[in-house]
Amino acid sequence: MSHVKEGAHGILWEVFIQSKPGIPHKHAGNVHAHDAEQALTNARDVYTRRMEGVSIWVIPANLVTASAGEDSDAFFDPAEDKVYRHPTFYTVPEGVKYL
Amino acid sequence: MEEQEKLARFQERIDSGQKIEPKDWMPERYRKQLTRMISQHAHSEIVGMLPEGNWITRAPSLRRKVALLAKVQDEAGHGLYLYSAVETLGVTREDVINEYLEGRAKYSSIFNYPTLTWADIGAIGWLVDGAAIINQTMLARGSYGPYSRAMVRICKEESFHNRQGYEIIYTLAQGTPEQKQMAQDALNRWWQPAIQMVGPPDDNSPNSAETMRWQIKVESNDVIRQRFIDRTVPQAHAAGLTIPDDQLKFNEETGHWETGPIDWDEFWRVVKGNGPCNRQRIQDRINAEREGQWVLDAAAAYAKKQGKKQLTLTE
Ligand SMILES: [Fe+2]
Ligand SMILES: [Fe+2]
Repeated sequence: MSHVKEGAHGILWEVFIQSKPGIPHKHAGNVHAHDAEQALTNARDVYTRRMEGVSIWVIPANLVTASAGEDSDAFFDPAEDKVYRHPTFYTVPEGVKYL
Repeated sequence: MEEQEKLARFQERIDSGQKIEPKDWMPERYRKQLTRMISQHAHSEIVGMLPEGNWITRAPSLRRKVALLAKVQDEAGHGLYLYSAVETLGVTREDVINEYLEGRAKYSSIFNYPTLTWADIGAIGWLVDGAAIINQTMLARGSYGPYSRAMVRICKEESFHNRQGYEIIYTLAQGTPEQKQMAQDALNRWWQPAIQMVGPPDDNSPNSAETMRWQIKVESNDVIRQRFIDRTVPQAHAAGLTIPDDQLKFNEETGHWETGPIDWDEFWRVVKGNGPCNRQRIQDRINAEREGQWVLDAAAAYAKKQGKKQLTLTE
């Protein structure tokens, strides 16, 4: 018999930490937990032992849909040839300011 | 795409310094090597808590006790980061842990040595974490995204471990003759295991060629070991301690410290399960899983009862 039963540690959660007020939450890693509340406390204990965060989001890992890394070239292709979306595409006459 | 073509493209990505992410195509051997390395690394972090945990209740002061407690807690976190990283390769945490508890997985041989005196706690933080930092800083530059990111996080936490260890050793070395002797004795016992812990010499390291081609490891065992020796010898001297190696000498030309022969027979003996504490370490982990089972059961039961956002693996 195996020592640890399959699923004994709960499910996998993705952890996002906001390090300071006003900035976006950033992916920090994962925890295992049986429910959201436990996932939050586990994430606090694992990822914010040195005041690394002021807010934590947890989400079950199986609910995340990700774009496929290999097809990323084709997936992001529509944006590739649109240089006119950047300010540097446009010429401004010499001496004209605040543009 | 043909397998050969995929492989070539994969190697190209690695050579150009791109990170490989979990959903990317990767050769089966790459997945295997990483699964093996990351799980061994995870087990090492967890089993490493045992020799140090042995002294938490007997730490000589409150200052030492909170520091050691915090360090051991960090190691638990390191184990968790790494078990998460290995799961991205398509194995479950439960499987990986079972492999270890059933004696089918390796972990760092150094944790099979006993901690006989308080000075051993200093020696571990100074030498074992010291060698680990050098190794992990290298691994942080590796090609697999989740592993390399876990290493970055771990390295940030390690430097306190290293310093708290050295502080213990240094303080003892400046103390009474008995205390100094205790520090020296710990160094005598931990030196060989510490210089062995980054792994066998390059010409006798079965996995190195492959893991280096795929940049899972970006520097060889010999390079890492030498860096550790070069940094550590002057630290020992600063504390007034002697490295237990009468052939140790500084090579002015190369700028490196050269050691006498390293006892690789001892290394392989311990790796193969015959170190002083191998059996005890596994048994302690099995007991911990068994004795902690009720906590997991209670957490599962509570979650079920609350009916709150309870999600299953099969969702
Ligand atoms: Fe660690
Ligand atoms: Fe450490």
